[in-house]
Amino acid sequence: MLDQAATLASARVAGDDIILDVAAACCRFDVSAPALSRLFSHEPRRILRAVENVSLTVRRGTTFSIVGESGCGKSTLARMVVGLQRPTEGKLSFRDIRRADGTIGPPRVQMIFQDPYASLNPRWRVGDIIAEPIRELKLRSDEAAVQQRVGDLLEVVGLSRTDASRYPHAFSGGQRQRISIARALATEADFLVCDEPTSALDVSVQAQILNLMVRLQKEFGLTYLFISHNLSVVRHMSDDLAIMYLGRFVEAGPAEQVFTRPQHPYTRLLLDTIPDVEQPNRERRPMSGEVPSPISPPAGCTFNPRCAQAADRCRVERPELRQLGGVEVSCHFA
Amino acid sequence: MPADTVKTPGRLRRFLDSDIGWSFCHTPVAWLSALVLVLLVLTALFAPLIAPQNPFDLSQIFIDKAEIPPIWQEGGEWPFLLGTDPQGRDVLSAILYGSRVSLIIGSAAVMVSMLVGVSIGLCAGFYGGRVDNLLMRVGDTVLSIPTLLMAILVSAIFREMLPPALREPFSAVVLVLSIALTSWVQYARTVRALTMVERRKEYVLAARIIKVPATRIMGRHILPNTMTPVLVSATLSLGLAILSEATLSFLGVGMPITQPSLGTLIRIGNQYLFSGSWWLVVFPSLQLGLIVLSVNLLGDWLRDALNPKLR
Repeated sequence: MLDQAATLASARVAGDDIILDVAAACCRFDVSAPALSRLFSHEPRRILRAVENVSLTVRRGTTFSIVGESGCGKSTLARMVVGLQRPTEGKLSFRDIRRADGTIGPPRVQMIFQDPYASLNPRWRVGDIIAEPIRELKLRSDEAAVQQRVGDLLEVVGLSRTDASRYPHAFSGGQRQRISIARALATEADFLVCDEPTSALDVSVQAQILNLMVRLQKEFGLTYLFISHNLSVVRHMSDDLAIMYLGRFVEAGPAEQVFTRPQHPYTRLLLDTIPDVEQPNRERRPMSGEVPSPISPPAGCTFNPRCAQAADRCRVERPELRQLGGVEVSCHFA
Repeated sequence: MPADTVKTPGRLRRFLDSDIGWSFCHTPVAWLSALVLVLLVLTALFAPLIAPQNPFDLSQIFIDKAEIPPIWQEGGEWPFLLGTDPQGRDVLSAILYGSRVSLIIGSAAVMVSMLVGVSIGLCAGFYGGRVDNLLMRVGDTVLSIPTLLMAILVSAIFREMLPPALREPFSAVVLVLSIALTSWVQYARTVRALTMVERRKEYVLAARIIKVPATRIMGRHILPNTMTPVLVSATLSLGLAILSEATLSFLGVGMPITQPSLGTLIRIGNQYLFSGSWWLVVFPSLQLGLIVLSVNLLGDWLRDALNPKLR
């Protein structure tokens, strides 16, 4: 009985390289006024739909990127994946994986944050920050081994062993982000959720951090869920790409295909905004308007108020995601 | 340079090199009040070694030395620098012993209220929602009752609950609790506000992702980042706690005559004010004023020095 279960498990792990499966996940927040004030002012309940009906699968060892403007729900999706936020509907499931040391189990998940100044506790030494996951998860048996591991991790991310005894304020933004990555690796993570890891950094430092992340992915077989609003950063990293607008995916598929043949008008708009030194796009029209409120989204296609191609149908009927030449698009005219 | 309480040269050096150390050295009010406070605390703590007389030891008290005026007045007598009371007790010794009682009760009350207030504030700010609502409404209720009235009420209830034999030995504990019970709210409010800011920061999220228990996140991550304003408000409220103790003792619900604090001394002295023995009430009052003033000036400086907007 037991043996059978074990072989079944190993067969599944060997044959299937999907690591994360998100099925129709929704996340809604109740942002209504308190019940008493609602009673007096006869206001209806206000529900913020941060993430609506999002499905995705992430393959092991690849990078899945999610791109969208501020407030489109990409950070909420990231918080659901790491377990900081429960999905209101739908399911997120991690598949068991076989690790390098032969153990089989659910992948360890960690997160790399956007703001390198808020992601490290200013009162802790760098060594303690990186050692925290090792101590909490009891990954090393004695203190000497913990210190050894902290030193190794600092070297892996390109810092020096002696930096362990310093405080975060002694480091620059890029160095802090390296410390953040070292802390994430300290959990022996298999899956890293990166919530705009480079958007707070200088352009020159951004490239260093991205290269470090690519190197670590190859070295440790990491899987990334990479969240950004910067398409040129994403192009450097991704295997798969999803464009998110107002809580929904509007286009999703292999990254190269989305970049070379964008199908959704929103994707095309985003791609137009990438500056190019060799062929400056001087005719580019800046994107007009703001993202509508996720509390009262527009009827029909949520992108219709800003879309150049919008027709009457777009204002009434919401396009569903459908397969179109290897990618999924939600547009009536694609 | 004042003789500071920091002992090891390494620590002292580091303190002087920091922003706060610089501000301390360049603010005469700060180091003067620190100097006065250190002197007062040391003389109070080492009262048994310094005081010319132990006012509690009946063998050292002579009734024929009753109501001697201070030494610079006619009829003054060595070693009674500040005169004696109608029982022949030396006023200076009584003040030194009394300051000890006042300082100990004051600091104990601040510590207890800090402990209670910080824990409640942490829980309210971290868990939010109903827990927050409940704890903060309790705090609001406590604040809506006048502090002194509340303290009198609490100490009266405690006193009634204790058997008569235990009332005197436990009067200090009762005082500490009744002062702390009314002053924890300010710490709770400060810490709650700061906790609500800190718990959304990404370093707390990183700890939550690896499932660090809530108590450890509160204690090891959030608490150290909320301590600066708490320490400032603790310094400022130390003066207030000493004053509350003196007021309660003056009103007769505080320390008994057998363990007099400054407030008790002032109460007793007050009865003799019109019989001409002015030194019985003036000197303890001066001592009380000096302690509270130096604590408050030090607290004021600390608040300004740690305020990032005034730097």
